[in-house]
Amino acid sequence: MFEIFFDYTFQVILFGTMAIGAVSGALGCFAYLRKQSLIGDVIAHSSLFGIMLFFLISYWLTGEGSKSLLVIIPGAIFSGILALMLASLFSKGPRVREDSSLGVMLALFFGSGLFMLQAVQRAASIPGRRGLEGYLFGMAAAMTKSDLIMISIVGLLALSMMLFFWKELKLYAFDPLFSHTIGFHTFWMDLLMITLLVLGIVIGIQCVGVILMIALLITPAAAARQWTRSLGWMVFLAAVFGAMSSAVGSYFSAAFYRLPTGPIIVLAAVLILGVSILFAPARGLLWQKLKQRKASQTYKAEGST
Amino acid sequence: MADPALKIQGLTVAYHSKPVLWNVDLTVAPRVLMGIIGPNGAGKSTLLKATLGLIPRLTGQVSVFGAPYNEKKQQIGYVPQRASIDWDFPTTVYDLVMMGTYGRLGWFRRPGAKEKKATEEALERVELTPFARRQISELSGGQQQRAFLARAFAQDTPIYFLDEPFAGVDVKTEKAIVKMLHGMRDDGKTILVVQHDLTTVGEYLDEVTLLNREIIASGPVADAFELNLIEKTYGGTLPRSNFGQANP
Repeated sequence: MFEIFFDYTFQVILFGTMAIGAVSGALGCFAYLRKQSLIGDVIAHSSLFGIMLFFLISYWLTGEGSKSLLVIIPGAIFSGILALMLASLFSKGPRVREDSSLGVMLALFFGSGLFMLQAVQRAASIPGRRGLEGYLFGMAAAMTKSDLIMISIVGLLALSMMLFFWKELKLYAFDPLFSHTIGFHTFWMDLLMITLLVLGIVIGIQCVGVILMIALLITPAAAARQWTRSLGWMVFLAAVFGAMSSAVGSYFSAAFYRLPTGPIIVLAAVLILGVSILFAPARGLLWQKLKQRKASQTYKAEGST
Repeated sequence: MADPALKIQGLTVAYHSKPVLWNVDLTVAPRVLMGIIGPNGAGKSTLLKATLGLIPRLTGQVSVFGAPYNEKKQQIGYVPQRASIDWDFPTTVYDLVMMGTYGRLGWFRRPGAKEKKATEEALERVELTPFARRQISELSGGQQQRAFLARAFAQDTPIYFLDEPFAGVDVKTEKAIVKMLHGMRDDGKTILVVQHDLTTVGEYLDEVTLLNREIIASGPVADAFELNLIEKTYGGTLPRSNFGQANP
């Protein structure tokens, strides 16, 4: 059952998915605190369109559709950002609210992506089309060593950007109005925030899939929030939780019948969240109950004397 | 005469082509504590935000000590409404106050000894030193407002905008905040406060601006805070309760 850990292919997958989980978990904290989960979900779902588009472009250029991250990641970035820009443009007028226009763009881009996916899968003439459905629910098993290198580069880039702009990100996530007035222009901060969000999402798409990717971004952050009172620890813990969920996901996926990775990763993350909400000190439900009981016992004792 | 601390000319703001502020001209002399008074939806917060560039202006210029606002951005310290942020954010009172020094630091630079000293002094001034290591979610409404003020102190700007600093704080805190504002004014600061309570105008403020989409009156309390002007501002919907016991 555990001999799989000595398998080189599995080691690559395990390391890759854990790196993804750590990066997404860490960056997800800012989306969580800034209440931008919907924006994250739009980026994730919309990326299917870009993935399919770039797959087709690679087919037209080379004669074989590519599922390499070198092609997939730029595609996902392209359509994720396009969807957000269109949503922002769409909501400028008085007719459509911002969240509605985000929802519309999610549906439009994800729908187009699904349509292209179905069409390509039926076109027997396109080599490389098999396995494309893995982008829906994740297929960590397909990860190669070059994918791992790509994930590491993008992940390190995103994490260094996060550390480099730590002060600004913290301030902006906390109080965007104040941040703007002291010289950190909202336009640049939004751009930075969205860039990090996009990077955190696109590297995980192959592993978790576009449908559930948002869960790997937000769930570890929500779990980490229960345990700590400082942003630094929250980001660190979210990275650990993300990596743990991903490790569980890739293990079960590889060890048993090649299950899709995404759902298992997400279930593991939700389990961690559940444990955190119940048992975390100070914020946890159990802790709160104990505190209540202790308080009421104290009052009772005082009342009887 | 010296340049005014703040001069707003022809400021018009609209949300989706509906005007919220109309052709606002406002001049604020240095070392003045001015209140902005008006009914709900009169555009009081909008006036502060549009001046700071947080909301796009249709028309209008803002100058600070005689120079265009864009060149003097860092001269105005902004204290947003307390309810505008999520107080469950994982940070301490100390870190919140230190954010006041970020503007001077600029991009990338981390706070050092100088910023720590400014933070500690600011905490001392609002008497929150014992709470420095507390989580901001553990503060009461009044303590939150004092933490916001401390951040403004740490920022140390010649002009301050305070958006409803008395909202949801108890009377004791309100008096303490007023005392601090008077202290700041005596130190040479120029302060604009959005205020709701009409009964305390005379006691708290040097000057007052009556606003309802446009400026109704602006000047020393004795001149501008006149019953007919107030009634004009509130358009016949003058909330008697705002006068409390003073005006039965």
